Amino acid sequence: MLKARIEQLHNEPDCAVNQGKSDAARKKGCGKSLTPGAAAGGCCFDGAKIALQPITDAVHLVHGPIACEGNSWDGRNTGSSGSDLYRRGFTTDLSNLDIIHGGEKKLYKAIKAAITRHAPPAVFVYQTCVGSLIGDDIAAVCKAATERLGIPVIPVEAPGFVGSKSLGNRLAGEALLDHVIGTRTPADIGPTDINLLGEYNVAGELDQVRPLFAELGIRLRTSITGDARYADVAGCHTAKVNFVVCSQALVTLARKMKERWGIPYTEGSFYGISDTSEALRNIAKLLGDPALMERTEALIARREAETWAAILPYRARLTGKRALLYTGGVKSWSMISAMHDIGMEVVGTSVRKSTAEDKQRIRDLTGGDEVMLDQLAPREMYRILASREADILMSGGRTQFVALKARSPWLDSNQERHQGYAGYDGMVALVRDIDRALSNPIWEQVRRPAPWEVT
Amino acid sequence: MATVLATNKPLSASPLKLSAPLGAAMAFLGLDECLPLFHGSQGCTAFAMVMMVRHFREAIPLQTTAMNEIATILGGMDHVEQALLNIAERAKPKVIGLVSTALVDTRGEDMAGDLPRILERNRALDGVAVIPVSAPDFEGSLETGWSKAVTAMVAALAEKSDAEPLDCVTLLPGCHLTPGDVEHLKDVIEAFGLIALALPDLSGSLDGVVPGRYVPTTLGGLKLDEARAKLGRAKLTIAVGEHMRPAAEALAAKTGVPFVLLDRLTGLEAVDRLMVTLSTASGRPVPARLRRQRDQLVDAMLDGHFFFGGQDIAVAGEPDFLWSMGQLISEMGGHLAAAVSPIPAPFLADLTCDRVMIGDFEDLEDQMLEAGGVDLVIANANARQLCRRHSTALFRAGFPVFDRLGAAHQTSVGYRGTRDLIFQLGNMLMDHHS
Repeated sequence: MLKARIEQLHNEPDCAVNQGKSDAARKKGCGKSLTPGAAAGGCCFDGAKIALQPITDAVHLVHGPIACEGNSWDGRNTGSSGSDLYRRGFTTDLSNLDIIHGGEKKLYKAIKAAITRHAPPAVFVYQTCVGSLIGDDIAAVCKAATERLGIPVIPVEAPGFVGSKSLGNRLAGEALLDHVIGTRTPADIGPTDINLLGEYNVAGELDQVRPLFAELGIRLRTSITGDARYADVAGCHTAKVNFVVCSQALVTLARKMKERWGIPYTEGSFYGISDTSEALRNIAKLLGDPALMERTEALIARREAETWAAILPYRARLTGKRALLYTGGVKSWSMISAMHDIGMEVVGTSVRKSTAEDKQRIRDLTGGDEVMLDQLAPREMYRILASREADILMSGGRTQFVALKARSPWLDSNQERHQGYAGYDGMVALVRDIDRALSNPIWEQVRRPAPWEVT
Repeated sequence: MATVLATNKPLSASPLKLSAPLGAAMAFLGLDECLPLFHGSQGCTAFAMVMMVRHFREAIPLQTTAMNEIATILGGMDHVEQALLNIAERAKPKVIGLVSTALVDTRGEDMAGDLPRILERNRALDGVAVIPVSAPDFEGSLETGWSKAVTAMVAALAEKSDAEPLDCVTLLPGCHLTPGDVEHLKDVIEAFGLIALALPDLSGSLDGVVPGRYVPTTLGGLKLDEARAKLGRAKLTIAVGEHMRPAAEALAAKTGVPFVLLDRLTGLEAVDRLMVTLSTASGRPVPARLRRQRDQLVDAMLDGHFFFGGQDIAVAGEPDFLWSMGQLISEMGGHLAAAVSPIPAPFLADLTCDRVMIGDFEDLEDQMLEAGGVDLVIANANARQLCRRHSTALFRAGFPVFDRLGAAHQTSVGYRGTRDLIFQLGNMLMDHHS
């Protein structure tokens, strides 16, 4: 069943990469096959957890040995304006005896214990490699638990070894479609309700976008999933528009919501001034209210002017500075467009997670293929930075120390980051942080050799 | 005497336990030019790596055999072979620590049996020491994996020697010792005119230096040649922490070098035992500098005891960490109000408290509530949520500490380390009451 589901996800008709593939290539799936001994990145379970854990009032229970949750909980920096239950780690911590006898009974008891202590509106149960290998049927346990314990217990079938983090995002979307979305009808359905898909509220980025919606009179029903309440996700099929933030991850969810509930969707990003404006414009257009369109144009004009004024002082300092981008979660082209907005040059960007459409946009922005790097091995990254061919690396935590050991400025632009960079305010924060990183006085001192090394 | 209670509950909530493969990988980071390799799904590696990167604030070399579903069912030794060859070609390490995970051990892969055949048929692997360790996640915790890895290193690297013993002492540090601790202990050993050999030696590899080039393996740590040449010719082996006993026994059995196991090196009496041991091994009196440090510790105890006396302190961590911290608290007049370990160990019954829970941070929270609140919590950074909920001060120690700088340099062993630890804890207790 899981196999059929993955095949079907690999056949996504609304995915640009997929459309460009031959039948045979499509069958192979989208994750590049990994090279043993030369692979980096998270697993399918990790992807599913990233996509769903921001449902903040739910219990997220991992059915597996200790590594899957014990080595990762409290590590994802997604914010909540309400419950903090989601930040606790829950796991069945399978031991060798559980593996011999099977873990289904333990899982049921664990679900019951979690409900008794925390009274959540729902429990999400995540399958892992080991749970799957010993044949534990988490769907059956969840079904029994839902019936007997009276609250929704949702199986998330995305064990680590079936694929990449991105596949995990999509399998999480499937779990929501199968078990959550549409199970509740909100009492306050309105004409301007929208959902964001693929916005995880990393470093509280939703708070940089929400005020814009509020000002326009657009109501954000929920973000799938960022700072989300279970009940809002369950009732989000009543929204009028879906906005897909990270297209590869949740486009299938958007398409199926369109088919099932007739919700139109559009894709875009909230990184950079022009992209933020474009996103607001497209959402307003889909909502189809002329007065709203007018308000939106007025807001865009005002906020763009304010933002430009706010970053103007930095522009002079940053113009001509060269950035190397190695971003996964944040789409490369939108970052490039943001960099260009402030006069910076992008000397290289990874396109390992980009679609054909993304790549075309990068080409349009930079006028060629040179900056696109399919792979950027740490050694090469180090060389580019150490030789000062780039002035700053913007990447995730795993490559942070490649930059720092090259005595080079670094800016966190991944899901563990602590500063949000979305919307107009986020753009100002991004520019400020790049400037802070580049202009810090330590660079001069730390690059200077020790007195005894001077020849 | 404490009652050790295992809850055997089905749900682990806010886990204190870490995976054994993570402990094994961390141990391998203490060998020079080494690259640990997890035989498992790529997620196993990604989680462990991110955790160590956040704690040490260093690039962490760690690779994966990238097992997928089909390879797991059919058997993954092809993946091991490919991974070894790729690593040998790209990173050129001298040592590869091959660590199995729950995924392949659930299937029952015979890694140690298949490895010799792989090494035999691939000349590209000549000159690379591949050290296999089976450390499935479903057995034990961080200490367990670390202990298994060091025992495997002993089996692979220690050689018996008939030559004259060197003026050398082998240190087998437990995983509760930081790179700063190991660095300090090596200094102490060298102060007796002895050569100090640490297996593994994180003080050489994870002490935060900035090399002028890109290094895909560990840089620093115990060198392979040195391990082979000297482990069998040391005068004495000093193991620190009960979880180092298997490695110490294996080393003694293989080389005939006698060992002393010191249960901890935090606390006046505990460090005194180390001094007597080193003085006997070297035939030298305790150097003046160390005598002076002893005086400083005595003075710190005198100055600090006011703030510990009668205070309720909770400690959570791996058994040897809990033992070191718990005993110090008791020795300073504090009251060990709650004690939690992720895995059982017989010696925990000797802690001076009513009971030791084998469990997680939820158990710690329940213990704290039962005690009517505590004055201070000593645990890793994952205790931050519960400490915030109860507005209780948290002294971060152990692993992981991802929200403080300098976790690797935190030193709590020896006279000097104990002195500094007493000051840090005492200051927090003082704050709490002012």
